[in-house]
Amino acid sequence: MTDRPLLELDRLSAHYVTGRGSRVVRAVDEVSLTLQKGETLGVVGESGSGKTTLALAILRLLPTAAKIVSGALRFDGEDLLAKSPTEMRKIRGKRIAMILQDPMASLNPLFTVGDQVGESLRVHENASRRSARERAGALLKSVKIPAAVQRLREYPHQMSGGMRQRIVGAIAIACEPRLLIADEPTTSLDVTIQAQYLKLLREIQREHGLALIFITHNLGIVARMCDSVAVMYAGRVIESGPVRRIFNAPVHPYTRALIESIPRLGEGPERLTAIDGQPPDLASLPAGCSFQARCPRVMDHCREEAPPAFDIATQHLARCWLARP
Amino acid sequence: MTTLLEAHKLTKHFPLRRGLFGADPGAVRAVDGVSFTIEAGRTLGVVGESGCGKSTTAKLVLKLEEPTAGEIRFEGRALQTLNAEGLRQYRRSVQAVFQDPFASLNPRMRVDAIIAEPLITNEKVGKAQARERVGKLLDMVGLPARSADLFPHEFSGGQRQRIAIARALALSPKLVVLDEPVSALDVSIRAQILNLLVDLQRDLGLAYLFIAHDLAAVAHMSHSIAVMYLGQLVEYGAAKTVAADPKHPYTQALFSAALPSHPDESRDEIILTGEVPSPVNPPSGCRFHPRCPHVLPRCAPEVPRLRTAFGRETACHLYDPAP
Repeated sequence: MTDRPLLELDRLSAHYVTGRGSRVVRAVDEVSLTLQKGETLGVVGESGSGKTTLALAILRLLPTAAKIVSGALRFDGEDLLAKSPTEMRKIRGKRIAMILQDPMASLNPLFTVGDQVGESLRVHENASRRSARERAGALLKSVKIPAAVQRLREYPHQMSGGMRQRIVGAIAIACEPRLLIADEPTTSLDVTIQAQYLKLLREIQREHGLALIFITHNLGIVARMCDSVAVMYAGRVIESGPVRRIFNAPVHPYTRALIESIPRLGEGPERLTAIDGQPPDLASLPAGCSFQARCPRVMDHCREEAPPAFDIATQHLARCWLARP
Repeated sequence: MTTLLEAHKLTKHFPLRRGLFGADPGAVRAVDGVSFTIEAGRTLGVVGESGCGKSTTAKLVLKLEEPTAGEIRFEGRALQTLNAEGLRQYRRSVQAVFQDPFASLNPRMRVDAIIAEPLITNEKVGKAQARERVGKLLDMVGLPARSADLFPHEFSGGQRQRIAIARALALSPKLVVLDEPVSALDVSIRAQILNLLVDLQRDLGLAYLFIAHDLAAVAHMSHSIAVMYLGQLVEYGAAKTVAADPKHPYTQALFSAALPSHPDESRDEIILTGEVPSPVNPPSGCRFHPRCPHVLPRCAPEVPRLRTAFGRETACHLYDPAP
């Protein structure tokens, strides 16, 4: 652990402020995370838990209504919050890349695949038209697109969903970034295509020594792909730690319920553990712990004071009063 | 156990538009000779990837599409032979819950009107009586009685799916077609809805046709499982048998591709190459042969038939002694 972490978030908060400040949505609230080089981190949570806002905050791509209000964000030792927009532009796509959920929406239908894969090479590395095209061909080959060179001249609509998602992957790795953020990259794919894509991501990661952040609602992806996991609930990381540890000994009742609520292959139709109720409104969070209304083990103290992050073991943190030493 | 619904060689082709020079453009063979049975009070799960024909199968069962060939028998009677009254009875007995509860509920209707609509169109019920039935249905699906006066937008996804289930139950159906009923819901809500469906089946003796791409959820809910690939059944049998020990190479790949529920759960990953071919011009012989890791010389020319092997039916030459 003498290595400097690749990415470090220290109590980072990003809030949406609407209605001239009358309504504050704490989409990301005091999130602390670290990611080492070449490591895979899973960020899990339900819709509205703040996981996508977190990804956008790391890239400093938040919509205008949202602001990073406090905390620190360091990438490779540099303070990203101190960067100017021009400097950020040089980081995005080159050192930190992102894959979005919908491959159709992230490709431009009016440009050929070759142009789109080569674009970041031309922008970031001043590659000539010809060398960008050559390298784009090699990139398509590396994401296992058959007849890669012919495909360069084709348009996104000529490809299937799985192939489009591979092209988005090729664009993301074009400039050999150090960190790749994938926001629900396989949600729109079929099961066997998803397996192909996850395998491809793992191969790319191994070859390029890339660090990955997987943003997902699917614990199965975390179980298959990640080294560590951060569970988000109502804008906060309520538990984080190494994947095996979290699956074997979850501390927070939400994490535990989430793991128990997924049906397992090879088990009969007994009842699943359901979590009653639904996530709270981020604009009017209750005092104390935000999970209190749904928690099976709620105590009086939970309603009064929000729990800080307690150390459970090395790198295992939980925001729950049950974990108080 | 009594057989509630029986599909026999069910086929649905969607013809393509004739080309410029009048050549026969062929058809999308969405469902091609599929046979299955649904027992009263039991669940048949249908799994397969997009384009395999599972949603078309659901539409055929709901009579939203007419089959090109083959027949459906409900309680022993073929649907083609039913008169208008018989069909009305059939439509009452078979109801559906769809994937997206944001699209399947009319945003301009209050919840009581949504749930009472099938009652009013099918039965002569008075206002007070309808209101009482709505109250009972809301209670059955775990919603407070005051929900009746609200609009769908005032509910979360999980609650809306409960409303859709209440509407499906209004006419006391015998079979409910569940087309991806939890895919649009948040993870923590899915288990609530799956549990509710299991409870309702036990209490009301409902049969389900459960269609989903989440294999673990299908295996969890179903008594038997049918696996479809490009419009055909490739494996069909008791859920436990199929899920625990799949035999068809496609089923094996599908189940091995399903995500683990624990990081220590190590399964041999079978990664298929390529993608599902077009149902307009499916491969010859076994439709899976271009992607199959165990392909034999006879798979390309010869169509495998569904036959019993290892306690389930499977259509694969691996389990078919060479002629």
